[in-house]
Amino acid sequence: MSKTLGKDLLGLEPLSTEQIRLILDTAEPFKEVSERQIKKVPALRGMTIVNLFFEASTRTRISFEFAEKRLSADTVNVASSGSSVQKGETLVDTARNLEAMRINMVVIRHSASGAPHFLADRIESNVINAGDGTHEHPTQGLLDLLTLRDHFGTLEGRRVCIVGDVLHSRVARSNIWGLTKMGVQVAVCGPRSLLPRDIADFGVTVFKRIDEAIEWAEALNVLRLQLERMQAGYIPSLREYNRVFGVTRERLERVRHDVVIMHPGPMNRGVEIDSDVADGQHSMILDQVTNGVAIRMAVLYLLAGGRPELADAAKGGSDR
Amino acid sequence: MTLRERPTATRDVLLRGGRILDPSQGVDERGDLLVRNGVIEARDRSLGTPDGAEVIECDGAVVAPGFIDLHCHLREPGREDVETIATGARAAAAGGFTAVCAMPNTEPVTDNQAAVGFILRQALRAGAARVYPIGAISLGQKGEQLAEFGEMVGAGAIAVSDDGKPVASAHLMRTALEYAQTFGIPVIDHCEEPTLAAGGSMNEGIVSARLGVKGIPPEAEEVMVARNILLARLTGGHIHLAHMSTRGSVELIRWGKAQGVHVTAEVTPHHLTLTENACEGYDTHAKMNPPLRTAEDLTALQEAVRDGTIDVIATDHAPHHYDAKEREFADAPFGIVGLETALGVLLTDLVHTRVLDLPVLVDRLACAPARIFTLPGGSLARGAPADVTVFDPDLEWSVDPTEFASKGRNTPYADRLLRGRAIATIVDGHIIYRLKG
Repeated sequence: MSKTLGKDLLGLEPLSTEQIRLILDTAEPFKEVSERQIKKVPALRGMTIVNLFFEASTRTRISFEFAEKRLSADTVNVASSGSSVQKGETLVDTARNLEAMRINMVVIRHSASGAPHFLADRIESNVINAGDGTHEHPTQGLLDLLTLRDHFGTLEGRRVCIVGDVLHSRVARSNIWGLTKMGVQVAVCGPRSLLPRDIADFGVTVFKRIDEAIEWAEALNVLRLQLERMQAGYIPSLREYNRVFGVTRERLERVRHDVVIMHPGPMNRGVEIDSDVADGQHSMILDQVTNGVAIRMAVLYLLAGGRPELADAAKGGSDR
Repeated sequence: MTLRERPTATRDVLLRGGRILDPSQGVDERGDLLVRNGVIEARDRSLGTPDGAEVIECDGAVVAPGFIDLHCHLREPGREDVETIATGARAAAAGGFTAVCAMPNTEPVTDNQAAVGFILRQALRAGAARVYPIGAISLGQKGEQLAEFGEMVGAGAIAVSDDGKPVASAHLMRTALEYAQTFGIPVIDHCEEPTLAAGGSMNEGIVSARLGVKGIPPEAEEVMVARNILLARLTGGHIHLAHMSTRGSVELIRWGKAQGVHVTAEVTPHHLTLTENACEGYDTHAKMNPPLRTAEDLTALQEAVRDGTIDVIATDHAPHHYDAKEREFADAPFGIVGLETALGVLLTDLVHTRVLDLPVLVDRLACAPARIFTLPGGSLARGAPADVTVFDPDLEWSVDPTEFASKGRNTPYADRLLRGRAIATIVDGHIIYRLKG
């Protein structure tokens, strides 16, 4: 398998196990950069990156921006609430205009599934998917993998359950692809109305009840429950959701083994996850955030043509 | 009705040496066909050439009753930038269709006699394929108040439909099926349960789950197919089910027909030849409503065409502007053009692969539409209107949308190599299309 990523990072589904491992391994040396006094290496000096955010995002956008700045790239943020269509300019026009200004990469967050693919087919620049609709959020999936690997040492054979609104979750899809490709056993648990009808075809186990999931799992990745799901009639109330599917300390204490807790954020404390779980000793939620920067540095570095074996040297401060 | 008013007298046309295939009479033999004064004059193994007759050499070609498309969108009035009645009628002719039925979801909606008259007048001016207007079921297609079926039929409408929108109210559908009986016209429904389909862009299944695109379950169609068949049973009316897409629908129609309900149905060439996999890569040219389904549905639909459970093949020709399809999958409009690719696709993927026999295909494209909607044509019997399609079933060509007569370029078949194409189309004794070269 190819030791490169190709032009774009659109999702984890098209990636090979080797490519995923390459990104995780490349992220390792970049972790240390963020721990330094001077958090900057020259690896992407002279490169221009546009962060094109068509959907509100705080964490992901800031994480990408830190990753870009710590690699010395020049960055521009374009934020637009609502879709490009509402703005009056089409996505392809926006992209072509940016490219006419001679940029190198586009990081895109968009409410429409497939928007990054659409862009990638039409522009020369590298395209990184920072979350598209209900499709994929590959860098989130990668940082989750890195966090699990840090904790467990290896991924092969581990048991991870994704809890909540899988139907509408791009994090869930990227996690399912990434985890299964790395040999992790994956399960999902949530109300049937919030799971895709053909979920079993993804090669995952389905748990109807959260207690069964906790009994089985070594780690839970708890998804954010959007308030809109209640209004759209998928569930009766947030209160009942918490009572039936909420990850609570009481439930976790019922099993003998430790269960590690992850959450992609932002959390609804008291809905999908209780505060004492989110803040508890088995929570890796902030480790995820820290790893997010390293993963994004690795992805940017590799797409820019950086050689993985030189990542260590790159962080050392010498020019490529 | 329309084209009889053509100003010029016609020359005789002799179609020489073709395979004359007319399933309406059980005819399938080599010979000559003579057209005179707008009707079929004679058929024989060999006819002499009358003085002044135009001769079309049909060696290696099939001479069939003119194809009739029961379902297309010509966009005029309202979206003349996307298609006009003239360009649509010429696209039909180029695809071998001698007549098309125009759906009423125009802007404004074709829901009154003046609007119906306008379509006929524009079709007459175009002088290409016949155009039969379909009137709306409800005023403005709003699903509330019945449109004036009687006046629309008086002006030339041949059916009613709110196509593009489902008839959500069962009461309205019941009333339409009852009221239409006075005028002997079918009620056509776009079967889609609106709350089940809401927000969906493709078939609900493993592919939509992977792509993260909201799906439309097959049941959104089947619930309405079942409802419509039951309402046709209740009322004794004629329900025609547009663009069927699922195996479950086929089973329901089979059941309805066995019960003696007056139900007829159509399927598009794309639902017979493509699956949801065509949506991979977020290809908006594979976005249509109803959506492309699974291989299992495909097989069931092909079988239903073969055994007659589905009566006709109709294109659901739906032109859109280039820019409209050049966008995010969820935001792109539904539909593709079909008039100029239908025959080639059906011959290539169904007849040459021995899924369907050629006489069955000709029946579903030409004879059955005339039969179930009681339209002129669909036969090469002596004295029948001279609506004839001549096609070369083996002619290879590559689909180049820029060469379409239609203004629409939105097709998933671009660059496909097809085998089989219309070479001449005759309406009312006039040659309205001949393939160049």
